[in-house]
Amino acid sequence: MSKNRFSVVGQPLPKIDAWGKVTGETRYADDLALPRLAHGRLLRSAHAHARIACIDTSRARALPGVYAVITGADLPRVKFGILPVSQDEEALCTEKVRMVGDAIAAVAAVDEETAERACRLIEVEYEPLPALMSIQDSLAHPEIRIHEYGDGPNVHKNVALQFGDVEAAFARADLVREDVFHFEGNTHLPMEQHAAVAHWMADGKLTLWSSTQTPHYVHRLLAKILDVPAAHIRVVAAPVGGGFGGKLDPFAHEIAACKLSQLTGRPVKIACTREEVFYIHRGRHPVLMWIKTGFTKQGDITGCHLRTWLDGGAYGSYGVASTFYTGVINPVTYKMPVYKFEGARVFTNRPPCGPKRGHGTPQPRFALECQLDKAAEQLGLDPADMRRRIVAEPFTKTANHLTVTTIGLEECIDKVVEASGWRDKRPRYQAAAAAQTPKPLWQPRLRKGVGIACSAYMTGAGTAIYWNNMPHSGVVVRADRSGGVTILCGATDIGQGSDSILAYLVAEVLGIEPKDVHVHPADTSLTPVDLGSYSSRVTLMCGQAAIQAGERLKAAVFKAVAAKLGVDASALVARERKIGVADDWDKALTFAQAVELGEAMHGVLAFPGSYAPPKRAGKYKGGGVGPSPCYSYSACVVELTVDEDTGTVVLDDVWIAHDIGRALNPLLVEGQVEGSIYMGIGEALMEEQVFRKHLHKTPSMLDYKSPTTLETPEIHTYLVETDDPEGPFGAKEAGQGPLLPVIPAIANAIYQAVGVRIDEVPITPDKIVKGLELKRQGKPARIGPDKLPLFTFKEPLVVDSAFGQPAEAIAVRPFAEETPR
Amino acid sequence: MKTHVTLTVNAEPHELLVPVHKTLLEVLREDLDLTGTKHGCELGECGTCTVLVDGEPVLSCLALPAELEGAAITTVEGLAEGGRLHPLQQAFAELGAAQCGYCTPGILLTARSLLETTPAPTRQQIKEALAGNLCRCTGYTKILDAVELAALRLRRPAVEGAAR
Repeated sequence: MSKNRFSVVGQPLPKIDAWGKVTGETRYADDLALPRLAHGRLLRSAHAHARIACIDTSRARALPGVYAVITGADLPRVKFGILPVSQDEEALCTEKVRMVGDAIAAVAAVDEETAERACRLIEVEYEPLPALMSIQDSLAHPEIRIHEYGDGPNVHKNVALQFGDVEAAFARADLVREDVFHFEGNTHLPMEQHAAVAHWMADGKLTLWSSTQTPHYVHRLLAKILDVPAAHIRVVAAPVGGGFGGKLDPFAHEIAACKLSQLTGRPVKIACTREEVFYIHRGRHPVLMWIKTGFTKQGDITGCHLRTWLDGGAYGSYGVASTFYTGVINPVTYKMPVYKFEGARVFTNRPPCGPKRGHGTPQPRFALECQLDKAAEQLGLDPADMRRRIVAEPFTKTANHLTVTTIGLEECIDKVVEASGWRDKRPRYQAAAAAQTPKPLWQPRLRKGVGIACSAYMTGAGTAIYWNNMPHSGVVVRADRSGGVTILCGATDIGQGSDSILAYLVAEVLGIEPKDVHVHPADTSLTPVDLGSYSSRVTLMCGQAAIQAGERLKAAVFKAVAAKLGVDASALVARERKIGVADDWDKALTFAQAVELGEAMHGVLAFPGSYAPPKRAGKYKGGGVGPSPCYSYSACVVELTVDEDTGTVVLDDVWIAHDIGRALNPLLVEGQVEGSIYMGIGEALMEEQVFRKHLHKTPSMLDYKSPTTLETPEIHTYLVETDDPEGPFGAKEAGQGPLLPVIPAIANAIYQAVGVRIDEVPITPDKIVKGLELKRQGKPARIGPDKLPLFTFKEPLVVDSAFGQPAEAIAVRPFAEETPR
Repeated sequence: MKTHVTLTVNAEPHELLVPVHKTLLEVLREDLDLTGTKHGCELGECGTCTVLVDGEPVLSCLALPAELEGAAITTVEGLAEGGRLHPLQQAFAELGAAQCGYCTPGILLTARSLLETTPAPTRQQIKEALAGNLCRCTGYTKILDAVELAALRLRRPAVEGAAR
């Protein structure tokens, strides 16, 4: 397909909101101020697990400058949670606290300092309970219950799915490997701390401005939590200063701000501190994994059996989905004819885990790709060639009934292998590692290595969080005689550029410039519903809805122009801000003139677009998690240097090729890819959310190590276009998938450099030094978990493998008809 | 206890009566409504709140206005001149160096300070200058590209082409 088919799509344009961001004009939630604004603070638990015997707020109430103090008793007695199956949270805990940082009371005052002082005057009497701080603790103490629901004592979720006979697959294999891996938890660390401003007005209507990625879900849940009709609540997502999944749940500070506003008759702002953000968390689950895979001599996978144990923390959050995601996306990348997955999420008294960029998939990706590397070595195969050979077949189904469409992974592998010099470097570094030339003590012993890994990720979840038959994304496009076009869409721009993508797509359809388009996002009383910025769904789902709305507007305008020019509407084209007949372009009307004719013919020009994904969920219980309209693919090569004396790793270069379907704006896609690689590097080498006694060990930006400019290597990005039939103009996702391969690629490169297998992340220098010491002693040079929890998974649901079945021709999806209303 | 201070911000003098312990960050955002200066930690760890004091990058969350009388303070609102964006702002917008944009003001000011003293920095010099400014979105790549482009344009104002 030739590139000049498009005028806006494919251009490296600035984002439409870039100008406000470089001048400081963009107003994030904490930048908002209203007259008579009161400032709120939350009192949070100092205990990891305790009963609340009594709360005395009298001294706080008496402090001058305090407007109101609330506890859970002031809120309707209702539990909530983002997933309908895990309604286990209270905004302000009433009976017990389950983690350090659980909110207990809230204060509104004349300023933040007074609110903070009032919080310290609230007296809470606790009856401490034993705290369970690990999966092992929680399973070993069924008599201590963190919650009263779930699939067993302290077991939130227990799943088991089997597609085909794995034991037979292992019997057929030439090599069967069993490996154990651990992926430590880590957190999103968005630069903006969560903040919310609530204004409960005298007419009984509530408006909440918040740094949230899901204004729609917050809207729904506020109605339940506050017991107010949803029709009387308006939620506006302020521009979000980084999300990565950390702003996807409804939070205590949002709910408390609403209630405090109602009680004080003032707008109330609550802005979280950085320390609070570490405890709010909902980040990457720590996951322990056992993976058994059978291989033929040629490197084909005969079958795979994966077990995962997730430390879920104190609440459900998205955990049921997270548990499934540690298993169900694995078969999408390679030909995996038979698959068995068992997963369990365990409650502990730590901050709740949830969705972080890649949601549940970086952990098993690390396990699978490191295991492939080990298998390739045993089989004497090149790890890049082996992966290329087993890439999944486009337009087929996986063992677990997921439909894959286009796959650009072979081309991605070819790109990074060639660009990185893999064929030259790998044997050279291997020879150097084998030679072990002695060096004088005063010279650093530096070893270089290259490593490869691949991945796949979903472009939007095929099912909503709550069951419904409505659109996942809605857009209204309106135009008037000014020639200006306005897009209303519930999508939330968290920095990824969703506002800009909407403007580009509608400008492309209407033949105008993105500057002519105004975008009004994420306001539940103004914009059609969009489910939120998660699961890499926004470009595809909002994009398809925007194209549909734009096409409907164009058809109406074309009809009026055709009547005026006396031609058939099918002869008209829209480009360069004009509408006319291509070979009679002198007579073309300006876009504004054309819209004027349209307004005169039809009245107000405002057209809706709706999108819901094709209904392709596997016909088995649990089949709703994993289906996506299409999947993105990535391949990554890392080159690094390890210092054998200190164990420090310096990344030299990263090459990443990403199957984007189509790059609607290559600049934005590169930005997503580079940001993903950066975040993956942090997870691979330094980031960890760990606890000492019951407290977060590093709840500050200094102590929680994340990569700076100095730790981030040069990132070489290559975009592969496969023009997917499901995507808007063929586009797939870019925001999450490219994070996945870099973590195992780093682990594999470290092995190549120094011959030490680190089967757990983060790979910190102490682990490498320890591994080298084992190697010197002639012991197996592996660092990683060696014990698995004593746990019985439930009987698996046995379903026939759908591996290799052809995908249905492009699946029918709801709301897709092209006729204008 | 409150104290009287005169602060010169973006070349405008402001007479203020503020508590002695109120930080420059809080005074800029709350008293002067200059919310372009953001906060990421309020502990001097992330670089988000960076402003320029007499041309030098300073973490406004650790600075007290009482100590800054007579100094020239520049915030992101003072980067553009006469409605014309600073070349750094222009390059950051054009090259996609601002994603969520929350760290952008602090990085722009740190970069401006670098380019004042080092008009032709190497990539490594840019990295070192920005090492105290965390960004979680971009992986820094586009930020480094944008600083390079702005430096080029400042040296040769006629250069309009992108560095890519």
